[in-house]
Amino acid sequence: MGDASLSLREQLAWGAFGLALFLGIWTFLSSSGVVPAQFLPSPLEVLNRIIRLMTNPFAGATLPQHLASSVQRYALGVLLAAAIGVPLGLLMGWFRLLDDIITPIFDGLRFIAPIAWVPFAALWFGTGIGGPVMIIFAGAFPPCLINAYRGARFVEPRMIEAARMLGTGNTRMILEILLPAATPSIVAGLRVSAGLGWQSLVGAELIVAAAGVGFMMVQAQANVATPTVMAGMLAIGVVGMLVDVLLRQGESWLRRRRGLEA
Amino acid sequence: MGSIRFDKVDKVFGPSTGGVKALDNINLEIGEKEFVAIVGPSGCGKTTCLRMVAGFEAPSAGVVSVSGKPVTSPGPDRAVVFQQFALFPWKSVRENIELGLRNKNLPTGERADLVAGALKLMNLESHAEAFPHQLSGGMQQRVAIARAYVLDPDVLLMDEPFGALDAQTRVVMQEELVRLARVNPRTVLFITHAVEEAVYLADRVAIMTRRPGRIKEVLDVRKIRQAENWDRHPRIEDVMDLESFVHLRTQIWKSLREEKGANVI
Repeated sequence: MGDASLSLREQLAWGAFGLALFLGIWTFLSSSGVVPAQFLPSPLEVLNRIIRLMTNPFAGATLPQHLASSVQRYALGVLLAAAIGVPLGLLMGWFRLLDDIITPIFDGLRFIAPIAWVPFAALWFGTGIGGPVMIIFAGAFPPCLINAYRGARFVEPRMIEAARMLGTGNTRMILEILLPAATPSIVAGLRVSAGLGWQSLVGAELIVAAAGVGFMMVQAQANVATPTVMAGMLAIGVVGMLVDVLLRQGESWLRRRRGLEA
Repeated sequence: MGSIRFDKVDKVFGPSTGGVKALDNINLEIGEKEFVAIVGPSGCGKTTCLRMVAGFEAPSAGVVSVSGKPVTSPGPDRAVVFQQFALFPWKSVRENIELGLRNKNLPTGERADLVAGALKLMNLESHAEAFPHQLSGGMQQRVAIARAYVLDPDVLLMDEPFGALDAQTRVVMQEELVRLARVNPRTVLFITHAVEEAVYLADRVAIMTRRPGRIKEVLDVRKIRQAENWDRHPRIEDVMDLESFVHLRTQIWKSLREEKGANVI
């Protein structure tokens, strides 16, 4: 057990088995009456609801429309986090003074859960697009910064020595040596950021926002429309998974290009 | 231009009191276009000597100077060839060689000519667009040497450059280096623990003691090389067969053997 790695087909088979088992138990629990159907809608019911939500609006929009506004905020928040976090991390990895100034503040701030920013996010940026974007940013920013920083900080010393001996100045050192050397670490950080950002988004939308999957779920909860809540959860899971798969593809493409993997 | 001087140099690693003394009173002068090899047991501090000339380390006492000026930081006037090549894996061969020239702000046309010259010099023309991981160790080290040569440095610092190569490649690179030294003589500081390599390549060989490293003796190889006319033999194995070569090699071996625990070499 656990010693031989499984073939892809076996892996897929076991994955399907797990999924079937999960759906089976779920169906059994909800349709046998062990759990009241209102508390736990059956998979079929959720599927039906998803199909209906594709065209029929709930809480002002269809499911695709809710998803679109969520993804829009999400993309904005994560891109902002990457656009600020990665350069700042690289700079901190190269300039010791900047590291000394920022690290203590950052180490304190990063332990504040993104959700904890909700009151101020709503106060400062409103409940439209700004507030949720800020909460996503709060979730996605730390991994961007930390991974860029570590990537830059732990570049092979030989690389830096070689670059210095060639007369490389600060700007070029950061752009042409630290950035490419730290790229695997940065990409790994982006994956974590993307995951945390997506999780923060839904949390944020539960509270602030006038559209989005999280908003749809809160409205459904108020109407005790449990299948709709479940449909939202499913959509969140699937989109999150898709984003991760995409980023993982990007990561392995990058590694192959560097000759790190066959 | 292009001389190296160690003047009463000490190096202590760790705290200034209670640290480990790596180098003790190093005095050595390397003249213009002279090729000096430092040999010594592992951990004797020979690489530290080179790193101080490169500006990667500062002496704890004494002065290291190049062309009469004390070394303060790394710079392209002192090109380094590392044992582990230290090429940039995300840059092509051409880009690796070109970086130093871009840092010098040379115009594009001039850069291209110099890179082309360096590629030709090291027989790398057909690999200009390749990435380091696509090349063998020997080829990678050719790139590193080209990257150093193209800077037209005052001194060339080579830190066991062939230590990571297999025996055959090593021999080819040694011959190549002798060829280079004839075409384009440089002031070279060459670190190695391979005695034959030092004798084959260098004008003078400095022998170091175990830690704390001191320079025990400096042998003039050039005198013997010229007197015995080694250079009429194009192949390294023929030179290594000569009585004068064997004699010199044995002399250095014995000197190193006297070092306590020098059985590692």
